[in-house]
Formats: sequence, structure tokens, C-alpha cells
Amino acid sequence: MAKSSVTKVLFGPIFDNNPIALQILGICSALAVTTSINVSVVMSIAVVAVVAFSSAAVSAIRHYIPSSIRIIVQMTVIASAVIVVDQVLKAFLYDISKQLSVFVGLIITNCIVMGRAEGFAMKNGVWMSFLDGIGNGLGYGMVLLFVAFFRELFGSGSLFGYELLQLDRNGGWYNPNNLMLLPPSAFFIIGILIWLIRLNKPEQIEES
Amino acid sequence: MVEHYLSIFLKAVFVENLALAFFLGMCTFLAVSKNVKTAIGLGIAVIVIQTITVPANQLIYNFLLKKGALGWVNEYFVSTATYDFSEVDLLFLGFISYIGVIAAMVQILEMFLDRFLPSLYNALGIFLPLITVNCAILGASLFMEQREYDFTESCVFGFGCGVGWALAIMALAGIREKMKYSDVPPPLRGLGITFITVGLMSLAFMSFSGIQL
Repeated sequence: MAKSSVTKVLFGPIFDNNPIALQILGICSALAVTTSINVSVVMSIAVVAVVAFSSAAVSAIRHYIPSSIRIIVQMTVIASAVIVVDQVLKAFLYDISKQLSVFVGLIITNCIVMGRAEGFAMKNGVWMSFLDGIGNGLGYGMVLLFVAFFRELFGSGSLFGYELLQLDRNGGWYNPNNLMLLPPSAFFIIGILIWLIRLNKPEQIEES
Repeated sequence: MVEHYLSIFLKAVFVENLALAFFLGMCTFLAVSKNVKTAIGLGIAVIVIQTITVPANQLIYNFLLKKGALGWVNEYFVSTATYDFSEVDLLFLGFISYIGVIAAMVQILEMFLDRFLPSLYNALGIFLPLITVNCAILGASLFMEQREYDFTESCVFGFGCGVGWALAIMALAGIREKMKYSDVPPPLRGLGITFITVGLMSLAFMSFSGIQL
């Protein structure tokens, strides 16, 4: 029993109950950073760390938070976690933290973090909240990597910065699709992703 | 001079629209755009909050956080010999103070509206507190910090960001209201088609990007 609920908490959000595709949470930052896979990987790790540790911290103090000011308390915990992540990125991965620019800070207002703190960590134990945070962070990361894969492959003909499709300006055959590097493509890719998920899981279809 | 402010304003509204070019405030943007009336209410609330918080955060950034910003303490209170405040760099506290200011401003505005404009307060309802966690608000403050706007510029920038966001959500709500009558494939209904619509809108807004201001 205990084991199955751990797997459910950890893997549920990745496939069955994905925060981006089903719960419409945390889309804001998901889209702007997905023009290259490297940046997306760093962003996903940052989000996983923030969600996991802020959920665990909120859960640890959940009996002491008066419910009237819980939002502010959660906000403060999350903001502190984000500050730590931001300082670490600036210290060790300065180039990538420059590319992420304001979007590291925007993890604070990422609804996934807030949603998990409010919806799960306030009711469950520390260890479970930690796992739930990791699961949701990974679910977010999956969508991020999926979008980044297509945007980088077709937009610049490369993956992880290595040129996979030979670009015509380097004497190859592939003419990069600049639209993929522009904002609209991210919307189309996520729209299509949701379409694919719901084709396979008809129970998620919304009544309009 | 006026042209300079006008160009910041127009850039914030059209060229660098927070919702459609930077994907900020998407969660509310997609969730609250089902009908035009609520979209207008939320749009107005965002305009008001942006216009207040961006300049407020600009003052905090300039007089408290920036490296050397605390120099005024030496001038008025403590002598340089006791402690040299111009060396203090509190920039790492940026996120937490901005979000604090935003949360406080939203709370104050809520009380103000409740007291003096109850009709608008009732119309906005739940959206007012939700604005605290709207990425567009924090995003605008962070862009202000990054681009080092001065006080007047940040007033104009905040107002422009709010107007741009409001414009985008009203337009999307209008489209979604019409879309009720169209025959969308079932798996694409709701969220899926909304994403594609926003993509097309964003494509349309990109046509402003060639404008030289």
C-alpha cells in the first residue's frame, strides 16, 4: 500500500495528471524558455528543486500557519527558495542564467509551486509533499523538454547545441524554420500536445 | 521627451506585449477568458495594479536594493565612519521584496475599492486577490529592474504593460465567445483550441515588431 501510493504521488503528475496539459498551471514560464534544450533542462531542474523544497518546507510548518495568512507565508517560503536557486545559477551557470533572465524570478508566481503548496503540502506529510513536488516538477519538465525538442530541432537544426540537421548556410541542406524560434510556435506545439494526449485519454476531453 | 515616453508605452502595449510575446500571466489569461465581461473587469484590475506596483518597485529598487542605493542613509543619519552604506548590495532580496510589495498593493487596493467603489469591487470579485500570483505583474517589475527605467519611465511602462495585457485578454475572450458556435474536434475542445487561437493572435501581434520607435 505504502509503496503504491509513493509511485502514485511521484509518477501520477508526470503522465496521468500533468500540471501543464491538464491543470493549466505554470504555462507562463514554460513557453518563453523553450527555444533551446540546454536552457529548458536547467529551467526544469530549477523548478523541480523549488517545488520539492518549498512543498517540503510548507508541509513541515503546516500546523503552525494560521489559515488567514497562509498565502503570504507560502509566498515567502517559495520566494526564499527561488532566491537560493537564482543565486546558485548565477554562481555556477552564469551564461544560462543570463538567458533565462527574468524567468527564474518568475518561478515564484509559477502556479504549479503555489498550487502544490496550497493543494497538497498543507494536508500531507513532509516526505510525501517532497515526492509530490518532484513529481509535479518533472511533469512540468517533460512538457518543457517536449516543446524545446521540436523548437530547437526545427528552429536551429540542432539538439543540445550540436548541429543535427546540416544548415544550408553551413553548406548543408536544411533551411531553418525561423517561426519555430518565435513565440507563436510554442503555443501551437502545446496545443497539439494537448490534442494528442486527449486523443489517447478521451476521459480528459472538456465539454465546451 | 514626449516621444520617448510614447515609444516606451507603445512598445509595452504592442511590440512587447506581456501576454503574447513573453507568455506572462498565461494561467489567468487562459482560465478567465471565457466571456468578455469578466475579461474586461480583470483587464482593468491589472492595469491599475501594474500602474501602481511598477513605480513602487522602482523606488524600492533605486533607494533600497541597488548597490550603493543606501547611500542616503550616510547622508542623513549615520556617518561614513560608523558604517559605509554605499557598499551594501541587497539585490538578492529583490524577488521577495517585489512580491511583498505586490501582495500589499493588491490588499490595499482591495480595501480601498471595498470602501469607496463597492460596485467595481463586487464586479472584480475573486480576480483581485488572484492578481498577486499573476506572473505579468511580477514580470513587469523584473523587466523594469533589468532595463533600469527611471521613475517616470516606469510609470509609463507599468501602465503600458497593463493596457497591453488587458487588450490581449479582451481580444481572446471575444474570440472564445464566438468559438462556442464552431465545430471543434472533441479532443481539441477547451484548452487545446485556446492554445492554437492564442498562437494565431501572437502571430498577428508579431506584425508590430517591425515598427521602429
